[in-house]
Amino acid sequence: MILAVASGKGGTGKTTVSANLARVAGQHVQLLDCDVEEPNAHLFLKGTLHSREEVCVPVPRIDDSLCTGCGECSSFCRFHAIASLDTGAIVFPELCHGCGGCSLVCPEKAITEQGHRIGVVETFQTGGIILIQGKLDIGVSMAPPLIRAAKARLSRGTSAILDAPPGTSCPVITTIRDADLVILVTEPTPFGLHDLKLAVDMVRELKIPHGVVINRVGAGDGRTRVYCRENRIPVLMEIPDDREIAQAYSRGELIVDALPAYRRPFENLLSKSLEFHLSSTRSERHADLRI
Amino acid sequence: MKVAFSTSGNTLNAPLDRRFGRAPKFLVYDTETEIFDVVDNEQNLNAPQGAGIQSAQTVAGTGAGHLVTGHCGPKAFKVLQAAGIKIYTAEAATVADALKLFLSGTLKPAGTADVEGHWV
Repeated sequence: MILAVASGKGGTGKTTVSANLARVAGQHVQLLDCDVEEPNAHLFLKGTLHSREEVCVPVPRIDDSLCTGCGECSSFCRFHAIASLDTGAIVFPELCHGCGGCSLVCPEKAITEQGHRIGVVETFQTGGIILIQGKLDIGVSMAPPLIRAAKARLSRGTSAILDAPPGTSCPVITTIRDADLVILVTEPTPFGLHDLKLAVDMVRELKIPHGVVINRVGAGDGRTRVYCRENRIPVLMEIPDDREIAQAYSRGELIVDALPAYRRPFENLLSKSLEFHLSSTRSERHADLRI
Repeated sequence: MKVAFSTSGNTLNAPLDRRFGRAPKFLVYDTETEIFDVVDNEQNLNAPQGAGIQSAQTVAGTGAGHLVTGHCGPKAFKVLQAAGIKIYTAEAATVADALKLFLSGTLKPAGTADVEGHWV
């Protein structure tokens, strides 16, 4: 099972839920930190570095002796990563998405591709958990290719928990696409609810079964719960607004390690997610899942 | 000699647009014939990225050797420089005012971009 943990709003507890779930899952689980702009799961799961691999995207290199400045490449590139002038072409590697289209449309065959490093994928072993994290280089804005590279390191046949970046844009879609189940973590505030609705629209569009975890319950109001009930979205867990959780977090400790009373609720979340996944596979994927 | 101005209108009395990459139009004035053309740049208003690059390429395509605008970022600057276009930033309200400043010689060509890129 591939279980993705996402949210609309940032800072609602995705990493908290992902890392604690990985811990209660015990042996043979993979945790993928797909928040490649600021991976932080490693702060809670201290392990030994197993491997580090560079990730590159192919960017065009232009042979000035062949380029006629015809402009085919720059008019093809929707990301404006190439400017064509009479004197030749200028490449902006940081804008290139690595599609390779420019080299195909170049009538002079003046374009070859070279690797442009965007970051690394690191693998850690920590207890029974294999932690894989993407780390985007500073100044790089292209998260999806690195997320895809991190996901490619997943070994099939072993369950995986994917810790997504916040929001509902390309990096999140790249993370949750092909997940069996998405847990949307939210907080019971107007801001949390607003962004939860956007996230629900996203997973419905992608037709991925989904449930909600409400974090910091007691801090806001009851509207999130009402919204979930009205829209028939299962609330898989509620985490109270507990100062001790915040304290454990600030020390870089997992809730289930620091506060044993929370071990059972996280185990329940895991088994509910598993049941939910099984029942949704049986009833086939349906955007508006009724349970 | 052709001079390009970033603008939102079609006449010399139109405002000088402070933005270069996302200016709706460029007015290209020929100082010899005293005739101008207006080039559309609407395609860049909603570009997700690289608007400055595309705009610089458009200006280069007009044959202008000079550009008067409000601000210019690093990527646009790089392309304009490669195209041999001199860049001037001006506070003028209208294209006509900016043209007057340009013709009087009070504007000095910029040596670097005067604002940061949006992706750094």
